[in-house]
Parts: sequence; structure tokens; C-alpha cells
Amino acid sequence: MSLRRNLIALQTIVIKEVLRFSRIWLQTVFPPMITTALYFIIFGGLIGARIGEMDGLRYMDFIVPGLIMMAIITNSYANVVSSFYGSKFQHHIEEMMVAPIPNYLIILGFVAGGVARGLTVGVAVTIVSLFFSPFSMHSLGVTLSVVVLTSTLFALAGLINGIFAKSFDDISIIPTFVLTPLTYLGGVFYSISLLPEFWQGMSHLNPILYMVNAFRYGLLGVTDINLWLSYAIILGFIAALFTFSLYLLNKGHGIRN
Amino acid sequence: MPKALSLRNVTKVYRNGFEALKGIDLDVEPGDFFALLGPNGAGKSTTIGIVASLINKTGGSVSIFGHDLDREKDAAKACLGLVPQEVNFNGFEPVVEIVVNQAGYYGIPRRQAFERAEHYLRELGLWEKRRDMARTLSGGMKRRLMIARALVHEPRLLILDEPTAGVDIEIRRSMWAFLRRINAEGRTIILTTHYLEEAESLCRNIAIIDQGEIIENTSMKRLLGKLNVETLVLDLAKPLAHLPTLPNHTVRWVDELTLEADIRKEDSVNQLFTDLATADVQVLSLRNKSNRLEQLFMNLVRENRPS
Repeated sequence: MSLRRNLIALQTIVIKEVLRFSRIWLQTVFPPMITTALYFIIFGGLIGARIGEMDGLRYMDFIVPGLIMMAIITNSYANVVSSFYGSKFQHHIEEMMVAPIPNYLIILGFVAGGVARGLTVGVAVTIVSLFFSPFSMHSLGVTLSVVVLTSTLFALAGLINGIFAKSFDDISIIPTFVLTPLTYLGGVFYSISLLPEFWQGMSHLNPILYMVNAFRYGLLGVTDINLWLSYAIILGFIAALFTFSLYLLNKGHGIRN
Repeated sequence: MPKALSLRNVTKVYRNGFEALKGIDLDVEPGDFFALLGPNGAGKSTTIGIVASLINKTGGSVSIFGHDLDREKDAAKACLGLVPQEVNFNGFEPVVEIVVNQAGYYGIPRRQAFERAEHYLRELGLWEKRRDMARTLSGGMKRRLMIARALVHEPRLLILDEPTAGVDIEIRRSMWAFLRRINAEGRTIILTTHYLEEAESLCRNIAIIDQGEIIENTSMKRLLGKLNVETLVLDLAKPLAHLPTLPNHTVRWVDELTLEADIRKEDSVNQLFTDLATADVQVLSLRNKSNRLEQLFMNLVRENRPS
């Protein structure tokens, strides 16, 4: 009975979250398609033509996985941080707090919404990429698992940002000053083998590097990083962020006096 | 049979050190229509927030229909529906979705949730608005939407925190009729309101809270029975040159065409009019100066506070 009730509650949160970003698709799904098309035209087409090959691939083909992954990361994060903070700001998080929903289900529901948006945007951006680069799939299993795990990780990070946020400024600080630099420095536009040895070492501290490379392996079969290390790091971060967000919700941090 | 709501020594101290509740005890019987009154900042909303799991209590225990809120949280929550003071739904969702989603949070399958949403939205006159974004509803409609949302999982205890604030009199009356009906069907209702005539008209039992303490907890009848003196406002037929002196009543001057007369419980109204006639005062009409409960409420709060 409790399991069935919990499944219905989870389904309800997921439907609510998916409808939320679908209703405003012009703000949520469409802009990443435009941005990515611009990246392909400017970096891939105009500048990339002068760069030549990267890791034995045409530059345009090399940046495709990174750009798709960048869109997935930013949208999974943005979906949960804005939805959770919005529900705090308008107080409708109380609808869930008064109901018999365990906190882990609230986390799963919001995260599933973030993953759904990440995947939707990922597919949309992939379709855009087909205008610039032929579709290639080295390993479907690796590609799908990395996409789902990465968007789960960043949806959890967005949730924690949403829990701590006290103003709209607070939900844009992390994406602007942490997420975007880490993504740009995570090997989206270049292979880290181009960097001096010291900066190669520093790049290994950036978790996004592992996700971009694992995804690039899934699509193109090339990577700067050991694939299993990438999985271990992604799963480690997911476990840590899930535990932390559950601790925060159990304490009522930011939502309960 | 367990109490619909039972609070034992519930305390709340906020992080800034403010002691909002100082160990309150409260029992509400199943099927009751109960008023929880108090001035602003008295602790009403904190009490309701604790019962609804929106605020962490500092100490004490809460049980809803015998389910302890700490040990049997899910069972306790399933018994409770809350209509909060402030609008707390997503204004960017259609009306019907708000109600259906709330049912889903309680584990009600989606098809059944739609049926129940239709039932309660029709009952509360919102079915025609079901596809509208909630933010476009009028103030009264938003209140009714929150009532439909609170009822969709059919809770045994419904708590309404100032449900008719800012609502016009026609809608308020229709909401009263609806609440009376669902109470008559067996649902326990706890109401907080600043309209004391609302509490007097609807509720059978009452608790008054002030400065974090329950200062009165009794039946409405017994409480109103404590009122010794009522003040009548008398509209006069002709202006008075001076304040008349009556042998059995105290009268006060309001203006040349209006007097106020205090009448004790044991006094006869006939005697008042005999005295007025003797003093050559002709009365055109009369009315109670204020709501009886309001007067009692003010007396109790005044007595509770240090002079």
C-alpha cells in the first residue's frame, strides 16, 4: 500500500515537473538549440575550419559531444534549481510538505524532472548537430548511461543550490561562476592533451572533464580519460550529493522553520 | 475514540529566541467545529504550522486521530487537510492540475484524482475555471481553490487558517454553508479567523490563544454565557439637550440623537424602556454595540496581559 502510494506520489511530481518545463518550452528547450547552432557555426564552421583535426577527428565532429553534454548539464541543473526555488518562493513546496511523501521521493521527483529536461534538450541539440556533423554512435550503452548519470548529478547539484537559495541572485551565482567555467574548461572545445603538463593535471580535478570524455567515447570512441574512472567519479558524486540533499530536506533546511 | 487533534505541552522557540508557544495543551473532539482565536502574533499560525508539518516544534507531542506526528507521520498527515492563510499554489498551473496533483501526493491514482477534483471544483463553483491558470482567479476563487485542494484526499480533519479573509460577504456566506455541510457529514473542522461573528456563527467549541498560551478553552455557549453586560445603541426620535439619569441603568452620550445603555444579564429590557419613557426619551431603534464574542475576546486578552 505504502509502495503504491509512494509510486503514485513520485509519478505526480515527475508529471508536474515535466509539464512545467514543457509549458514554457520557448524558454527551456528552444534557447539551447539556438545557442548550440551558433557554437557550431562560429567555433565548428568558421574557426574550426582553420584548426584542422583534434584527436584525429574533424574539429566540428570533435566538439559535438562536448556541446551536447554542456547543454544537458546546464539544463538539468537549471531545471531543478529554478523549479525548487520557485516552489519555495511561491510556497507551493508546502503542498508536498503537508502530504505523506518521504523526502527521498521529493528528491527523486525533482531530479527526474531535471533529467527529463536534460534528455529533451540533449535530443534537441543532437538534432541541431546533424545539420553540421554526421551522426555517429560508438556505444549506445555508454552514451545513454553517461547522459542519464550526468544529468542526475547536475539535477542533484541544482536541487542543493535551490535548497540553499534565498533570492533569485543565489540561483544564478553557481551556474555563472562555477558551472560555466568548469564546463568550458572540461574539454568541450579541446583535448586536454594540448595543454601543458601542469594544466593537464589541474584539468583532472574538474569532474566535468570525466563526463564530457565518457560521452565523447560513447559517441566517437575517443577519450582522454579512463572510462571506468569516469563512471566511478560520476557515481561517487551522485551518492554524495543525494546524501547531502536528503540530510538538508530531513532537517528542513530552507523550507521549514 | 481518539481525539481529532491532541497537543501536549507543545513549545516553539524560533532561532532568534522568540518563544512563540509556551507549552500548549489542546484537544479537539472528532466531528467538532472548533475555533482557534487569538490576536496577531499570538501563536495560531505557529500551532497550525506545527500540526501541518510546516514548522518544526521545539518540544511536546502532536497526534491527529491517535497518530503521533513523530512516530506515525504518514498516517497522521493522511488525516489532515490544510487551507493556509496565504495563497500557496503555483499560479502558473491550471486550476484542475493543482487539485489533481495534491491528490497524487496522497497516493490517489490519477483517474480517481480527476474524479475527485471535478467533484470538489463543482461543489465550490470552480469547475468552469478548471483550465484557467490559477493566478488569474479572483481572491475569493483562490480561497475556494485551496479548500478544494485541501479536501481532495478526503481528510478527517480540515484546518482553515483565516479562509474568508478578504472575501466578499456573499462568497463568505456560501463558504460558511459549505463548511457547515461538510462538518455535518462528520468532518472535524478547526477554524482560525479574525471575523469573530464567523466563529460565533459556525463553531461549537473555542480556544483563545495569546502570547503563546491557551488562555481559554471551552464551548462557545459557555464562553458567551460569561458575558455579563451587553451594550445597546439607541437611536432617538428627537435630540436630547442633556444626558438623562436612569435609576437602574448606565447610559452614555454618543451624540444628541444616540445613546449607549449597558444592560446586565439579570436586567430586563422592559425595565430599560420604562426608565427611558419616564425620562421622556423616545427610542426609534436599537442594536447591539458590538459582537458579543468580540467583547469577550477583548476582555480575555486584556486580562491576560500585564497592565
